[in-house]
Amino acid sequence: MNFTLEIWRQFDGSDEEDKGRFETFKVTDIDPDASILEMLDQLNERLSREKKRNIAFDSDCREGICGTCALVIDGTPHGPQQVTSCQTYMRDFIDGQTITIEPFRASTFPVVRDLAVDRGALDRVIQAGGYISTTTGPQPDPNAMPVAPEVQEKAMDAAICIGCGACVAACPNGAAMLFTGAKVTHLNVLPQGQPERESRVVGMVEQMDAEGFGGCTNYGECSRVCPQEISIDVIGMLNREYRKAKTKRKPKTEKAMSTQ
Amino acid sequence: MLEYWRSTVGKKQFVAVTGAILVGYLILHMLGNLNSAFGPGADEARVDWYAHWLRTFGEPLLPRETILWVVRVVLLGALIVHITGIAQLVKRNREARPANFPAKRIGRSVESMAMLGTGILLLAFIIFHILQFTTLSIHVTPVEEGAVYANLYWVFQKWYFLAIYLAALVLVGMHLRHGIWSLFQTLGLDNPSRNQKLRHGATALVVILVIGFGSVPVLFFTDVLDPPREVALATILSGVFT
Repeated sequence: MNFTLEIWRQFDGSDEEDKGRFETFKVTDIDPDASILEMLDQLNERLSREKKRNIAFDSDCREGICGTCALVIDGTPHGPQQVTSCQTYMRDFIDGQTITIEPFRASTFPVVRDLAVDRGALDRVIQAGGYISTTTGPQPDPNAMPVAPEVQEKAMDAAICIGCGACVAACPNGAAMLFTGAKVTHLNVLPQGQPERESRVVGMVEQMDAEGFGGCTNYGECSRVCPQEISIDVIGMLNREYRKAKTKRKPKTEKAMSTQ
Repeated sequence: MLEYWRSTVGKKQFVAVTGAILVGYLILHMLGNLNSAFGPGADEARVDWYAHWLRTFGEPLLPRETILWVVRVVLLGALIVHITGIAQLVKRNREARPANFPAKRIGRSVESMAMLGTGILLLAFIIFHILQFTTLSIHVTPVEEGAVYANLYWVFQKWYFLAIYLAALVLVGMHLRHGIWSLFQTLGLDNPSRNQKLRHGATALVVILVIGFGSVPVLFFTDVLDPPREVALATILSGVFT
């Protein structure tokens, strides 16, 4: 298969203020079963032979579970199939078509080079509450914390998030609500997450704001590009948990302690 | 509370609650409007009686128009919070995306994309609507304090007023079709099993509101409703002169 590629190039190291631009490449004789990343590998090998600068892009596991690859393909994060970029195959495109490849677009995801962006903002949101406190030591009794199957399913449906950031890139507001909602849902429904239930949601929402993510206007685009098909129900859960944490009356002793 | 307002999630919840207050008022407003569908009546139009009742409600326990003014203040307050919250959120949302890179539309509804536009146009309409029927400052058609039925009748004899009010209803419908469902999501009152019902419920409420509001001007324009009793007007005037 043959394609014309419009690929975003930015920051070749010579100019700190580089605003970026599209460059056109022609690729020929591409295997239909190659992924879009393998197609970029072939292009990079050619660029190396021609002594030209390679196209920078992120990838790691290449089997759709790590969440490292992050391409906006023809305007849609991860491309047309609602899978990760690495699981997007060239057979999904029409022979001879022009494919536009860009990095994830959000003010919170600064471009590092070409198609690679810094998604550290999501890590800092996790640091603000996406964890549980647990005692180490001998293995606990397996039945000490019963979890009902419905609860387990709900937690797992949210825990499946791979943190790729496509939700942020798809959101017209650049919001990270699906990502944060998934993490809050995952931990707040499980017994292990209860001690930090309120501080988790408040901390993560504050960190989202501090990073400069936008707010949710219930467009639902995040869920439509999510390779793990996480539903916007997790955003409802995030909103609910935040409201409850903020409107709950504190016991008097706690108030007295916090003012000391 | 201030912390709640400062966060994007909290601010949006303020917007949702104030939006719910405004929707609640719209439902009451529509029910009130339907009083005009009873026609000019034998001696007094039912809508005139209703308007009078709104002003004297609670007397003699409360001074005249107390309830009316409480409602007006609550509505104005809700509207100010609603608009301020949204203005600040829109600014944040714009900053969260680099310039010149609008996100491609994948499946978001037209209503959700038009929320800001319909909201601004609705604000303009509300100002016009208050000038026309509350302060009675638009004198294109005869308007008179207390004569609600006659005021409505003369306004909706003009095709352009009918067009303005029906256009505003389209805006209300669009704004609320996204807004009503959205407020449940924003307040976290949804759950997965209820979500689809909430969406359909929002659409159903919008249809009821648009038909309820739209019927009155259309009934006036098509002359299904009789003209106001000039006789009643004449007796008031003669009372003034004697």
